[in-house]
Amino acid sequence: MMRRSSRWLGWTTAVLLAVTVVMGLWITPPDQVQGNLVRLLYIHPAIAWVALYVSFGTAVVAAGLYLWPRTRSLEMDRVSYCAMEISVVFIALTLVTGSIWGRPTWGVWWAWDARLTSTAILGVFEVAYLALRRANDDVEVRARRSAVFTLLTAINVPIIHFSVIWWKTLHQGASVLTATGSLNVHGTMLTTMLLSFVGFTTLFFWFLFRRVALESRRDARRTGELDSALEMRRREGVG
Amino acid sequence: MIRTAWLVARKDLRIEFRSRVLLWQVTPFALLSLVLAGLALGPDKAGSSSSAPGLFYLVVLFVALSVVQRSRSLESAPGTRASVATLGLDPAGVFLGKSLALTLELWGLGLILLIGSVLFLHIALIGAVKALPSVAVTLGVMSTAGTIYGALTTGGEGPVTLLPLLTLPAFAPLLVAGERSLSAALYGGALWEWWVIVVVALVAYVAVGVAVYGVLEES
Amino acid sequence: MSGSFPLLAGLTFCAQPGTLVVLRGGNGAGKTSALRLLGGLERLNGGSGRVLDIDLSSGDRRGLRRRVGWMGHEGSFYEDLTVRENLEFAARSLGRPVEDIDPALERVGLGHRRSTPTRQLSAGQRRRLALGWILVRRPELWLLDEPHAALDRSARDLVDQLVLDALSVGVTVVVSAHDQLDARLAPDQVLVLSGGRVVEES
Repeated sequence: MMRRSSRWLGWTTAVLLAVTVVMGLWITPPDQVQGNLVRLLYIHPAIAWVALYVSFGTAVVAAGLYLWPRTRSLEMDRVSYCAMEISVVFIALTLVTGSIWGRPTWGVWWAWDARLTSTAILGVFEVAYLALRRANDDVEVRARRSAVFTLLTAINVPIIHFSVIWWKTLHQGASVLTATGSLNVHGTMLTTMLLSFVGFTTLFFWFLFRRVALESRRDARRTGELDSALEMRRREGVG
Repeated sequence: MIRTAWLVARKDLRIEFRSRVLLWQVTPFALLSLVLAGLALGPDKAGSSSSAPGLFYLVVLFVALSVVQRSRSLESAPGTRASVATLGLDPAGVFLGKSLALTLELWGLGLILLIGSVLFLHIALIGAVKALPSVAVTLGVMSTAGTIYGALTTGGEGPVTLLPLLTLPAFAPLLVAGERSLSAALYGGALWEWWVIVVVALVAYVAVGVAVYGVLEES
Repeated sequence: MSGSFPLLAGLTFCAQPGTLVVLRGGNGAGKTSALRLLGGLERLNGGSGRVLDIDLSSGDRRGLRRRVGWMGHEGSFYEDLTVRENLEFAARSLGRPVEDIDPALERVGLGHRRSTPTRQLSAGQRRRLALGWILVRRPELWLLDEPHAALDRSARDLVDQLVLDALSVGVTVVVSAHDQLDARLAPDQVLVLSGGRVVEES
């Protein structure tokens, strides 16, 4: 069942993204101000959406469910971990595509904008999360610590976001960002953009399905190893 | 919970008082960092820079990190952990107690660093006095956050290198809030946003700590 | 258990209140792990157990730990606190009377050391301190991990005497040892461990 639905999800994603690519590259017109650069509109916002909301959100919800005694299970830990891992990839892509977009439009690779800065710090948090997981061997301890860390990160992200906004506004006007101007998104452009959101979201869930399945198999193998280790331990005894 | 918190805080402070690690290791390190910050600004700006509040908080941040590590190491020896575990202390109380002790220690260090900043970075004395409440609250948040993040890194591999990676992103908004409020105290400006950030963070950390510290301590 | 190597692999026994159980076996046989498990210091990953009417897998292990007296190999305390301050912290944590501390220190022969920082104690004195800590706590179950190791004659006699006293008031004592204990202590039950399981019982 699971296998089948994951295969369906995979094909749906492939079709959606293929259509997005065709529409984004050939059917939609270039922008009056930004020219062909505007085509990043069909990648960057959707990737950022998946990175910041869908995948990180999934990780947070799963971590919360793990911490809640009634729904505590290692499956939740696996989902949280896998979603976080995917989020790291998408955040890296968000920063890279944003940077590529920012250079020609703002003139800089990096701006001290609240969104940018808090996204980058969230990225650091997620890398720290992966480091934290590596540092713990015991499955239960690792699951607990990871869940708590995820929760703390979720609390921190809005705090960081607002602190950077205020940091900016009190420091100097947001001069760089206003330079983007307001993009007039309508017609085929809007359709394509919405399509990219759906496409990347299904891509995330397809990744998540496959990744969690892989992780479950890895855990199952570990349990198998435990049985043989028990046997080894018994044989160590002389009597 | 409160009783345990009090007991643990007194114990941590007494150990600090006995071992003098704060006095003879952390304080000189803190003051040296301030001098280095002054040197980093260059001879023209060392005594008259608007970067002084930021440098002050950067030093505070690293000092806080080393004190958090120190507070954590008190219980990290395997034998001590086992002995303390057999006392079955209320985890929420342990969290509050350790946070309280850490806060008081950081207050002491913060005061020394403020005086040091008046001396070395030439910030106005009256501004430093005005900044006291905001420095005190910011250090309180660093202590509660540090206590939780410290508990995340007990045992396991490479806790010494892991702690900064886990903690520094969480310290980022505190650095921002602290720097802005100190600037406001020195050069004038709005302050209330910083209070909102720091107080929200404090409430969040205390709530999370009380709720989940037990989950972290359990092995 | 850390990593995925099982420390115990088949250990079944039942101890009556007020009896002395001895766990014997060579290095790495699983004695310490068994004691840690009984004291609620370790999580039970499989099987089941009840200690002092507390279930080891689902019960209140923190509550159990408060009722158990533990003496490990290291006997570690807060190194920067004095002998008396360490016991005071334990007594206050558990709500035991602080007045018991000085008699307990006299009893274990550390009366003259009460204001010495713990880091200055010798290995043998640390074990005496661990015994004092148990006396102050008045636990219902004593878990002693190789209590005779690194002790001189008089200290060993002290351990034996304290164990006998405890047994006489109905405390259960579980002791681990490399080999035979001194004759003064007559165990009610001896379990020989090897490879994490019981290979001989008497």
